[in-house]
Amino acid sequence: MYDIAVVGDRDSIGGFAALGMHVHPAESADEVRAALQSLTQGSFAVIYITEAAAAFAEDIIAKYRDEPLPAIIPIPGVRGNTGEGMRAVSRSVEKAVGSDILSK
Amino acid sequence: MAILNVNPTRMELTRLKGKLATARRGHKLLKDKRDELMRRFLELVRENKTLRAEVERSISAAAEHMAIAGASMPKYALDTALAMPKQGLSLEVETKNIMSVDIPVYSPKFKTAGEGDIYSYGYAETSCDLDAAVKALADVFPQMLRLAEVEKSCQMMAAEIERTRRRVNALEHVMIPNYADTIRYITMKLDENERSSTARLMKVKDMMLEQAHHYKY
Repeated sequence: MYDIAVVGDRDSIGGFAALGMHVHPAESADEVRAALQSLTQGSFAVIYITEAAAAFAEDIIAKYRDEPLPAIIPIPGVRGNTGEGMRAVSRSVEKAVGSDILSK
Repeated sequence: MAILNVNPTRMELTRLKGKLATARRGHKLLKDKRDELMRRFLELVRENKTLRAEVERSISAAAEHMAIAGASMPKYALDTALAMPKQGLSLEVETKNIMSVDIPVYSPKFKTAGEGDIYSYGYAETSCDLDAAVKALADVFPQMLRLAEVEKSCQMMAAEIERTRRRVNALEHVMIPNYADTIRYITMKLDENERSSTARLMKVKDMMLEQAHHYKY
């Protein structure tokens, strides 16, 4: 049995608690990294992270890209969308195909 | 033109021919694997893109409701409303094998009987925008889960495609030509040895005839 966690600033992720996800508020770079470090060691299969928070921990996220568990998925926060999530998808395409053939 | 460091013997030749056949078969199989992986990957990544666009839109919409809720009710009320969730959620993770990549399949397990059992607060002290925000998030949750599944699959398949492509290229441009060149080299060397021994025998025969019968050529 695995759990789902959400990392990000309190305003963005508060609502997810109502769905039964584990909510880990983190705003500064240190908080985000500490939260992510401990979550990746725990029994979490999916970790949603706001794009703003993800920017602080790109190396940790990159480390878990090719691992089966956990899946670290960027989501937009209340302060809007940086487009990082989409760019990550494009990077996958680039890695597989050699160039990003799907974005126009 | 690169020749492996081997002795030009018949045994070595047989061994290399076997290796070349294996390498050719492996190359063909890996190429097929790469093509099929690529086809699946492109399907999946298209789904990933549309799904991500939808999820991002829905979450932003929910965040707007949340912002209004936060503005229209005191912060402590909002925090208490969400502090003790009624719903519990855990994930069953299975894996599905697509072309030797183990992609995850998530199935959510809710603690309470009704999936819609998401309002963990009394309605008296909370704004209706909070209800809307929570509802919107609950609605987008299945898509979020599918997004996690698809995105993880895409990442793992991209890594596998890269690995497979390297293998195909190594076989196609390094291993197979090397084997072919070495086989050619050994064949030529053996043929040359045979010719030289024939020539030597002819020479010896001439010398023996000359000794015995004083033939002159």
